[in-house]
Amino acid sequence: MHSLAQNTESRNEVEMIALILGGQTHLFHDLIRPYERSVYAMALSFLHNEADAEDVAQEAFLKAYRKLGSFRGESRFSTWLITITLNEARGRLRRMKGRTMESIDEPSDEPGAISPALLRDWREIPSEVLERQEIRQLLQEAVNGLPPLYREIVMLRDVEELNIAEAAEVLQVTAGTVKVRLHRARIMLQKTLAPHLKSMTAQTASQAKSKRGWFRWS
Amino acid sequence: MVLECKHVWNHISGYLDGTLDAAVLADVQKHLEHCEICSAILDSTRNILILVADDRVFELPLGFSERLHSRLDEELSGLAPVENPSG
Repeated sequence: MHSLAQNTESRNEVEMIALILGGQTHLFHDLIRPYERSVYAMALSFLHNEADAEDVAQEAFLKAYRKLGSFRGESRFSTWLITITLNEARGRLRRMKGRTMESIDEPSDEPGAISPALLRDWREIPSEVLERQEIRQLLQEAVNGLPPLYREIVMLRDVEELNIAEAAEVLQVTAGTVKVRLHRARIMLQKTLAPHLKSMTAQTASQAKSKRGWFRWS
Repeated sequence: MVLECKHVWNHISGYLDGTLDAAVLADVQKHLEHCEICSAILDSTRNILILVADDRVFELPLGFSERLHSRLDEELSGLAPVENPSG
């Protein structure tokens, strides 16, 4: 499995799309296969439950198929597909408004002080900790818990690994806005996650004795 | 220029993305050399982003692909998508 950014190099997707439009519709299965996880992850980060996210993901793929003729090849297929997914997820949220607590009103880009969690040392946490379900859950909840504006940018840039220009294109904002939001989003994640991850992984690593702990910034 | 910690925090994301101006980058690096707090903040942020990007965090539910492709089959067995859809 790969992130969005890594897949397109080895395949000629423009050619595949031309063949699909020419009638070889079964090729659509192959076209979208590398992007299943990305589309689902994007939907899940908005919908917060698996059933709705799966439904939105399916709708996004169906919509992509129906609109395939309008794909111009000016951006990568993956960028085009994730834009459709984002719109589908936002639309679904809007319709669900009333039975969800989440506000879909976008917070402003007003700069306010966002401080990171302060610590004196950081012991590298290896990817193996992701074998633990509670750590996967913790990370997912931290991303899902970000305000929509910041969640979007983390998903596009850090999870799907789009570059800054592509993320700007999907969100219809400038590269400068992408950078500002991304910075705030990353600091928010660090602030939420660093203390938890540190304590959760310290328990298993039997390094408690040398733990220097947290201190308050005053 | 000597930077305070708070100013360094403003550049953490840019530092990770390699988008800082050369002059700012030099100031930040100089600060990081002697500031264990900012170094730990940078390391933890980088570490967290690597973990968040891991495929295992947002996993597909069991049977997702099968359900998706069978739904696509229903659609694909119909007409081919039109060349220039209106709207």
